[in-house]
Amino acid sequence: MIVHPVGRAALLVELDDLAGAQAFHAEVERRRADGRVVVRDVVPAARTVLLDGFATPDAARRVAADAPGWSVPPLVADDGPLVTLRVRFDGPDLDDVARCWDVAPADVVARLTTTELRVAFGGFAPGFGYLAGLPDELAVPRRATPRTVVPAGAVALAGTWAGVYPRESPGGWQIVGTAVDAALWDVDRDPPALLVPGTRVRFEDDA
Amino acid sequence: MSARPGLEVVRAGALTTVQDLGRPGFAHLGVTGSGALDLPAHRAANRLVGNPDACATLETTLTGCALRALAPVVVAVTGAPAPVRVDGAPAPWGAPVSLAVGQVLDVGTAVAGVRSHVAVAGGVDAAPVLGSRSTDLLSGLGPAPLRDGDLLAVGAPGAAPVGGPVGVPLPGPPEELALPVVLGPRADWFTPAALTTLWRGTWTVSSASNRVGLRLDGPALERARTDELASEGMVLGAIQVPPEGRPIVFLADHPVTGGYPVVGVVPAAALAAVAQATPGTPVRFTPSSVTPSS
Repeated sequence: MIVHPVGRAALLVELDDLAGAQAFHAEVERRRADGRVVVRDVVPAARTVLLDGFATPDAARRVAADAPGWSVPPLVADDGPLVTLRVRFDGPDLDDVARCWDVAPADVVARLTTTELRVAFGGFAPGFGYLAGLPDELAVPRRATPRTVVPAGAVALAGTWAGVYPRESPGGWQIVGTAVDAALWDVDRDPPALLVPGTRVRFEDDA
Repeated sequence: MSARPGLEVVRAGALTTVQDLGRPGFAHLGVTGSGALDLPAHRAANRLVGNPDACATLETTLTGCALRALAPVVVAVTGAPAPVRVDGAPAPWGAPVSLAVGQVLDVGTAVAGVRSHVAVAGGVDAAPVLGSRSTDLLSGLGPAPLRDGDLLAVGAPGAAPVGGPVGVPLPGPPEELALPVVLGPRADWFTPAALTTLWRGTWTVSSASNRVGLRLDGPALERARTDELASEGMVLGAIQVPPEGRPIVFLADHPVTGGYPVVGVVPAAALAAVAQATPGTPVRFTPSSVTPSS
């Protein structure tokens, strides 16, 4: 673990890999829940967790000094709330993904509906979650030319990540389907995002 | 809430948005902090009309705006100095101004700086989103930028006396920005020569700057590593360096994660001056420690 100071009121904690970052993030949230860590924003990412908005530089320094000594249990696979998304596998890139995986399109659907994914982090847009869980050998490239318009609800892949576009936006991921009736983002709901970091996600074929 | 139509937008100006203290605590959901870029100007405007700091004000961009009173209101203009007129007659900048029904407040083109703040007693009562009335131009949360003809609701004025106290000076805009920088978290992604350039180089504010970031023209900062940085959380004031090498200082509407290395961070207190830096303003960076020197 490397703890980088970020300005005067934030720390960037760098872990070895995604599993390490997810486990450390869970530990930070436990410590926030019982008041041992007080900080405005906690932003998990692929290999890091940003703790932003300590009240004072001293508060940040104390956590920087303590964090390497925290006992961080590994993430439990079936920990966290479960969201099931009904997906119509009608995406324009389903055939390309099948070719990339060297399987039939139906096998792509089978694989995606039997793999439990987990929201690792957000960041691209409000309500977007980077879903981890596909193995390295199923990594797919981004599209050579990003689409200027990806519709809301599009279920897409890039690298080993899956994601669901919470609203219409540009995007370069490979679109394999459409989430049906999924309110991914609702500012009147608490939390407004359906796919909060730590949430487990299953795709269910709507065919 | 006694929301009442209080103001009609006669002239929206180049870009006028509703801003308050922002939308903290949602970065993990992809929602940035947002809020007034020049927070001291926002607070001063509110205090001049007797509002708490959290009341929403209007943040103009270069060309001001004009508003017609639909009810008797008290307003104040701070931030970038600009000619203030009521029905064409000169009125004070940086002081409370009463408008009778039908009178038009015109905040003219900034004579210096970029962003003026217009406060109204009771605050601009746009619908809050996630606890804030701020417009977030990056993700489109909060009220849309003002358009000609819009009607703005105004909250009920509070009990605080109009006119003060204004706890902060009303600073003039900078002729040169000397921005303090706390190095890291990714300073080791840059060559020693790049760090020398960071301290000795001079940049100028680019006209491509906006609420997302201060963009700079000038020397490029050369990377020591060419591999890709996995996306990581970004803070307000982060100096992100894209592959072409010209630094970007992240402002209130910055993305919450990014994949380009951050060479250093400008502490938030220094960003009000950034909000007022016009294109072409010279910019230098000076080393600063984590603990501000007194």
